[in-house]
Amino acid sequence: MVSRAERGPISDWFWTIDRYLLAIFVILIGTGFMLSFAASPGVAERLDIDNLHFVKRHALFIFPALAVMIGLSFLSPRQVRRGALLLLALSIAMMVFTQFYGFEAKGSRRWFAIAGFSVQPSEFLKPAFIVICAWLFSEHSRHPDIPGNLFAIILFGIVVALLVAQPDLGQTILVAIAWGTLFFMAGMPWFWIILLACAAIGLFVSAYFVFPHVAGRIDRFLTGEGDTHQVDTAREAIVRGDWLGQGPGEGTIKRILPDSHTDFIFSVAAEEFGIIFCLVLVLVFAYIVLRGLSHASREGDEFTRLAIAGLTMLIGLQSMIHIGVNLELLPAKGMTLPLISYGGSSMLAISITAGFLLALTRRNPEKRATGRQESYHDAPLGAGQV
Amino acid sequence: MNRLLKRTRQRLRRRMGVPRSASGAAIVVDGARKSSGHQTRNRIILVMIGVCVVYAVIAGRLVQYGFRDLATVASIARGSELLASRPDLLDRNGKVLATDIRTVSLYAQPHKITDPDEVIEALATVLPELDARTVYRKLRSQSQFQWLRRQLTPKQQSEILALGIPGVGFRPEKRRFYPGGPTASHIVGHVNIDNKGIAGMEKYVDGQGLADLAAAGLTIEQQLEPVRLSVDLRVQHIVRDELAAAMQRYQAIAAGAVVLNAKTGEVLAMSSLPDYDPNLPAQALEKDRLNRMSAGTYEMGSTFKAFTTAMALDSGLVTMEDSFDARRPIRIAGHTISDFHGKHRVLTVPEIFIYSSNIGTARMADVVGIERQRDFLTRIGLLTRMQTELPEVTKPSQPKVWKKINSITISFGHGVATTPLQTAMSAAAMLNGGLLIPPTFLPRSEAEAQTVARQVIRPETSAAMRYLMRLNVEKGSGRRAEVPGFRVGGKTGTAEKVVNGRYSSDVRFNAFLSAFPIENPQFVVLVIIDEPKPAEGQKSATAGLNAAPTVKAIIRRSAALLGVRPSFGEGDAALLVSY
Repeated sequence: MVSRAERGPISDWFWTIDRYLLAIFVILIGTGFMLSFAASPGVAERLDIDNLHFVKRHALFIFPALAVMIGLSFLSPRQVRRGALLLLALSIAMMVFTQFYGFEAKGSRRWFAIAGFSVQPSEFLKPAFIVICAWLFSEHSRHPDIPGNLFAIILFGIVVALLVAQPDLGQTILVAIAWGTLFFMAGMPWFWIILLACAAIGLFVSAYFVFPHVAGRIDRFLTGEGDTHQVDTAREAIVRGDWLGQGPGEGTIKRILPDSHTDFIFSVAAEEFGIIFCLVLVLVFAYIVLRGLSHASREGDEFTRLAIAGLTMLIGLQSMIHIGVNLELLPAKGMTLPLISYGGSSMLAISITAGFLLALTRRNPEKRATGRQESYHDAPLGAGQV
Repeated sequence: MNRLLKRTRQRLRRRMGVPRSASGAAIVVDGARKSSGHQTRNRIILVMIGVCVVYAVIAGRLVQYGFRDLATVASIARGSELLASRPDLLDRNGKVLATDIRTVSLYAQPHKITDPDEVIEALATVLPELDARTVYRKLRSQSQFQWLRRQLTPKQQSEILALGIPGVGFRPEKRRFYPGGPTASHIVGHVNIDNKGIAGMEKYVDGQGLADLAAAGLTIEQQLEPVRLSVDLRVQHIVRDELAAAMQRYQAIAAGAVVLNAKTGEVLAMSSLPDYDPNLPAQALEKDRLNRMSAGTYEMGSTFKAFTTAMALDSGLVTMEDSFDARRPIRIAGHTISDFHGKHRVLTVPEIFIYSSNIGTARMADVVGIERQRDFLTRIGLLTRMQTELPEVTKPSQPKVWKKINSITISFGHGVATTPLQTAMSAAAMLNGGLLIPPTFLPRSEAEAQTVARQVIRPETSAAMRYLMRLNVEKGSGRRAEVPGFRVGGKTGTAEKVVNGRYSSDVRFNAFLSAFPIENPQFVVLVIIDEPKPAEGQKSATAGLNAAPTVKAIIRRSAALLGVRPSFGEGDAALLVSY
């Protein structure tokens, strides 16, 4: 225990951090590692590599992930903003680079290889993009003469263009909904809401006609015909798990479930640990989102408020889409379960998200002190100050 | 929470308390910020509600899945069906002929198998005889259930379990096991892979309602009351053993024998070689494995003369003292009927019998007439399908129209083909006082036999037949069948087989029809040997040289087991005067 009386970076951090969120994030990362034992040997076997290959890699990624999350949680809101801007610039550059030098897998260009690791820059883009958009929206609401909203829309356009170019419809939809929610919370007029909703529907419909694989997936989801092997298998796994699960290592359906260690980890969890375990998992994610949003609603600072809400929604939406696909509530769409699924880029990117979130939700007694807060708020803010 | 709200309120109040005069612009900005903050808070609450709804839907879906049952696969038979019991089959002394043992069968769920090659490779280490191509096809099918191998041994099961192949499993099953192997194969029969009786007494048991019960789903796992057969496993073994030895000694293509209780119709032993092992049912389908004793029909040859003689005596038109001219062969319709052991003189009835004279027998039949001959053979059950429990029973064949020539050839056993078991049944009637008792494979007491028996000849005729049969062993062709103390009586039969439409003189079907102890026959023993060759040191292969010694061997070894007491001396004398 760090004494309250002591003042120092560590004790400040310890007494200001949201320890519940921190504990949940750490527990979820641990749960992900546990589920890796259940979900990944089958995949490794199909690839004809060491059965524990993915478990080992998962373990390898846990330490940088924890370090990144905890390290970033030390940042101040301003440092978060700066870090996000840097990360955004970097990830956009990497995504452009990927378009030319990345390797193609499963029909899309999302990864590039560096030092033996494959990196998916779009994962890192998401938290950075959300934080920067939150900043742009907050600037606009503080100084209506700054075209923050317009910048946010332009930035959104750039990001969507890059994602569609890969193509990565899942991330596009995730980013679009997160951005839309952020915009909504930032006080978007209802006229704009309807307009954007129509635009979103229009885009979605055009995606249906432009991308045959999207059309195929949606058709299969709506009609249940065609190759529904993956979702059928996922359903069988969950139903077989029943309330209490088959027990660790007792799953059999998981072995034939494609992408069981990433996009369908939830079904594996259901087969081995049961539906009650999954309900707890859902509750945990719901708790994260509601706690994050309630932090946001209590927060006085506009940027911090929006950034917290946006990052929370990013985690929340990703979990909703992942679980929704696993439960056949949504068309099949590859989406990892935050903090749990295997995937180096995904794990690190989620750690960044969680780290930013922890940093922003830290109680800041200085901020609350009237004078300082006023001075902080009234300090002239410009584009240069980030 | 309250404290937090209070603090916020205080903070706002303090903020509002800033003097207006200080900065007008600040107030405007502050107000705008406040209203925007208020709006954001409302929006956040809306989003929270939305989030709650989505997670609630997810939780609802999970609960719905929780109440869902796994799709059941209709093609998998219910466990109770697979474990359905069959009654044990026992011999008359309670020895087990057929019983159920628990086994496991290997199945695959192809939709759960990702790499069929790997599965086949692994299974091949335990089941090398598995056909890789068939299994591959099964595993590649999109079905949910495929049998891979039925009825494995516990060792095979544990080896497959040790391989840890996902997508394959075991279901317990009952398997029929025949401890005696082929010993009583044709009587016991066998079951198919689904444990349904398809031959022998197994099929009979199914026909008695078990199959109906199974079809109605009323099978039970617990032990059923065993079914006891009339067979004596010890005697059955002796019979099969002696037949096998005879087959080898005479290089015959087939051999068969039956031991029939002359007073009850119970079959004590019946064997037909080559036979099969009911534990390997596929063997039953191989060539020549049929049950010759009830499903094969043969022209019985000279053994038939016993029936002709009985017919002649029973008609009252012929007596034991009558004589018939056997000096010259009978020529009729382009055929010549001559004698094998020709005496070329006038023969009495006993002489005709012991010398096995075709001419004399033909003349006796001629006395009786065609119609009465046909009626008689029908009456003693040689022209109709025999009634017994075994499903494998063939209908005897006879000429469509009986002409003189048919009557003559039938009188010495050519022209009518009967099953050996049927022949034994009719022979029993000739010797037991005239009662025709359908043969049975289930225990039957003499009292029960009386209720199904039919008097077909007079007791006096039967007594005469016993005398003639005994005489034939004492002085005729059946000498090699004599077992001291058991007083065997019998008639040989050496029939020429039809080869390419003509009777051949070297291809024979031999039989020896006998009964013992002859003064009060308890058992009828019939041995047939198909296409015997002369044994080493012998020039000929007539029935007296091979079928008769085989009967002797069977009686010698089994008489004591059958409960017949040997007696020496007076018995013969008593018989000789009794007819």
